Amino acid sequence: MAGQNGQPLIQARGLVKRFGELTAVDAIDFDLQRGEAFGFLGPNGAGKTSTMRMIGCVSPVTEGTLRVFGLDPARDGVKIRGRLGVVPQQDTLDMELTVRENIVIYGRYFGLPRRELGARADELLEFVELTERANDKVEPLSGGMKRRLTIARSLVNDPEVMLLDEPTTGLDPQARHVVWDRLYRLKRQGVTLVLTTHYMDEAEQLCDRLVVMDKGKIVAEGSPRELIERYSTREVVELRFDDSRPDDFGYWTDGLVTRVEALPDRVLLYTDDGDAASHGLHERGLVPESVLVRRSTLEDVFLHLTGRSLIE
Amino acid sequence: MSSYLLALRPLEFFFAQYRRVWRGTAVTSVVTPVVYLLALGVGLGVFVDRSADLADGISYLEFVAPGLMAATAMQLATFESSWPVLSAIKWDRQYHAMLATPLRVGDVLLGHQTFVAARLLMTSTVYLVVITAFGAVDSPLGILAIPVTVLVGLSFSTSIAAWAAHTENEVSFVAIFRFVILPMFLFSGTFFPISSLPAPLEAIAYLTPLWHGVTLCRSLTLGDVELWSGLLHLGYLLACVTVGLALARMTYRRRLVL
Repeated sequence: MAGQNGQPLIQARGLVKRFGELTAVDAIDFDLQRGEAFGFLGPNGAGKTSTMRMIGCVSPVTEGTLRVFGLDPARDGVKIRGRLGVVPQQDTLDMELTVRENIVIYGRYFGLPRRELGARADELLEFVELTERANDKVEPLSGGMKRRLTIARSLVNDPEVMLLDEPTTGLDPQARHVVWDRLYRLKRQGVTLVLTTHYMDEAEQLCDRLVVMDKGKIVAEGSPRELIERYSTREVVELRFDDSRPDDFGYWTDGLVTRVEALPDRVLLYTDDGDAASHGLHERGLVPESVLVRRSTLEDVFLHLTGRSLIE
Repeated sequence: MSSYLLALRPLEFFFAQYRRVWRGTAVTSVVTPVVYLLALGVGLGVFVDRSADLADGISYLEFVAPGLMAATAMQLATFESSWPVLSAIKWDRQYHAMLATPLRVGDVLLGHQTFVAARLLMTSTVYLVVITAFGAVDSPLGILAIPVTVLVGLSFSTSIAAWAAHTENEVSFVAIFRFVILPMFLFSGTFFPISSLPAPLEAIAYLTPLWHGVTLCRSLTLGDVELWSGLLHLGYLLACVTVGLALARMTYRRRLVL
């Protein structure tokens, strides 16, 4: 059976998606193994959602090959979708039905018998901590609760793979952590997670492996740790200036740091020892308004790879 | 799994949604025919019967009742396939939820239209019971007016659904009601024979599915249906449904498969 014995669960070769003149996904390759949490990281318009929609068999492949569970989405969309759980970017819950009805009716789309669905819905509502709201309408729920309901609903068919398109966009920090916690538990239960995000912390928290996308192409691939090691340094010194920002950083930082990134609002110094670097600058007489030494993140990786911030 | 069964799966959703409003619609589906029959069949009918001479001595009530039944189905079907379709695509996005599951675009379309057909069946059955109670049905063949009325509804709802999946903007629905549905309601033989219309308008009236539906329903409730003309009307309605479904399949695909 495809997807086992080390065969990739999802495989793309030269995958292209075009909308008229626009090339949203530009010949990308990737392999996804069973049980891993795989992320597509990139800014809006990078082609993440288009890729997810092709995997979800709702958007036809323009060129290249895509195999999901070893099947071809063009031919076996019905079979593939039956084994996926989809959490779309935009909620598609029915606002006027109750929380529980939303799950039961969604389960009927998969052809699951009604008598099983009642118990299944209760179990899923417990998992996302919505049991008390089971008989309430969806409309008045908070954004975080709606997201949790969408997650519960997508689990109704006991999917092998979950496709999560920006699962926490628009949620407040507390709600995001609850969602992350549930996704983490699913991952531990062996569900393969595929997610898109433009949040670095989300990718670092959840993904075993990720690809960085920019303008329809994959620009880097690896675990969060690997990417940071490969494209960044251990630490970053962030400098902010009032109006006395010097022009020639090369002169000030020569020999102190690995790389300098001058952004409009701040200057980033890449180094393995942030304290030593800031100390060195101080000795050379450069006094910024503020100095922050932090660990390197995927944001720095993205900046290095594309020369742009991830969230403009 | 046959595709026919897949198309039945969305039905459950539409009925769950309908459960919230069914009481209101049940009252409406009884009250509407009663009010129309009292005003037109009984009230206006007294004047018409006094001055005009309808063929074979039938009363105006007998003339207008089956026409109203078909015309009401047209209105219900048009409504059910306009806002709800656009909403399922654009606002509440239920179609998108369905398409993430094994359901395909064709299943979503057929499922929705099957629900519209079920609504038409309920409403038409009530309508026939009411007009029978008013004494407007002369023949047991009248019971066939129910499936015919469902077909009349579907000949509109399929094309309207095709339009709803194409348009970005619900303003066009108001225009359709005002400039297409209302004139058809008034001038397609429901209230008076289209032979009273000026020749060019009469020619147009022959092309409307409503005229075929009204004429067939009337010949069934009066019991004077002729086989060949009956089959012709039926064939015309079936053709309208087929063309409407083909159009809808095209616009649904274009809108939902990107």
